Amino acid sequence: MTTIDLQSREIKPLRNTFDHVARLIGGDKPASRYQEATLGAQPTANFHYRPTWEPQYELFDASRSAVKLADWYVLRDPRQYYYATWTMARARQQEAVESNYQFVDSRKLLAKLPDAVRAHVCAVMMPLRHVAWAGNMNNCFIAAYGYGTALTAAATFHAMDHLGVAQYLTRLGLALDEPGVLEAGKNDWLGDPRWQVLRRHVEDTLVLKDPMEIHVAHNLALDGLLYPLIYGSFVDDHLATRGGTAIAMLTSFMPEWHDESARWVDAVVKVAAAESSENQALIAGWARTWGDRVMAALAPVAEIALGAEGQQALAAARETYDARCRKAGLLA
Amino acid sequence: MSNVFIAFQANEESRPIVDAILADNPEARAVYSPGLVKIDCPHKLVVRRESVEAQIGRSFDLQQIHINLVTLSGNIDEDDDQFTLSWTH
Repeated sequence: MTTIDLQSREIKPLRNTFDHVARLIGGDKPASRYQEATLGAQPTANFHYRPTWEPQYELFDASRSAVKLADWYVLRDPRQYYYATWTMARARQQEAVESNYQFVDSRKLLAKLPDAVRAHVCAVMMPLRHVAWAGNMNNCFIAAYGYGTALTAAATFHAMDHLGVAQYLTRLGLALDEPGVLEAGKNDWLGDPRWQVLRRHVEDTLVLKDPMEIHVAHNLALDGLLYPLIYGSFVDDHLATRGGTAIAMLTSFMPEWHDESARWVDAVVKVAAAESSENQALIAGWARTWGDRVMAALAPVAEIALGAEGQQALAAARETYDARCRKAGLLA
Repeated sequence: MSNVFIAFQANEESRPIVDAILADNPEARAVYSPGLVKIDCPHKLVVRRESVEAQIGRSFDLQQIHINLVTLSGNIDEDDDQFTLSWTH
């Protein structure tokens, strides 16, 4: 009779990670999936042709940004998102939103919404679909023309997140009213004088050429002032006291996502500004200029959303924004 | 002196948990065997939600440790913020 002797045998790996990752994390040690998916992935050499439309640059060229960094991999994402972690996090959030929709549906909460509130929500939030779409475009630009996978991968996720926000807004509009509200929102975006300042601002960011400036102008300044104003002051404070709690449930993703992604947005500008006084002056200048422009652009929007209290809410959003800038070393 | 221990599958998900435990419990020792990492600690071992969150940079639900938890010994005291193994009652 034969006996089978089962043993576990340990096989020591010859190396813990890839050489190009080991170089960036200080030697051969176990690296996280985020590090392996991110570090050393940026193409750096052997580009055959320069872009015909911009021959002054290489295909991937760090000099597209006025921000100078010795190593662009320092712009790490504190959330450590790579494809798997990002999709799992968003899938969980999608399930939460889905169950919120079921809750609101099953109790017919939207039918109980006063008509004035319903119209008000549509007037304020439907044009914002176009702002979110611009966020998608701007972050796609950062992903395409930015340098270093640490920045561009996170920008790709941020671009898709913006698209998700636009879709959630669309779904909110369709849940509230006929599909015509989407068209009405677009017409306001294109024609209503109160939206034109914001539209001009957004379209001005769409033609910026510096990926880091776009990051500051849209991700930091615009979203940093818009989200506290709309999802804080308008949805959570204003609507909740007027029977619109259901709106807060159906838009629960947006403030949650904004708080989460703000950690990445802040980390990028903080690390870039800390590298040199030139970077600091440049980024701080952008944060100030674009912050001021967003304030002007959002003033009429705050008025539509909150009436006379709008300016106060906008000033509160500015305080939050300034506090973020101070923490990131952009404001004294 | 009696040890408590906790063992996880050795994978990408449990690595930040193991790192957090080793950082929070100076006396803890990790023993790696194929596919498994077992952490021994005299008297008491704490897993803190905040420490795991610091490792992964995201929010973390302590119940997620059960996905990769293989075995443990010790009396458990747990809430939303910490998971403690010890021999005290």
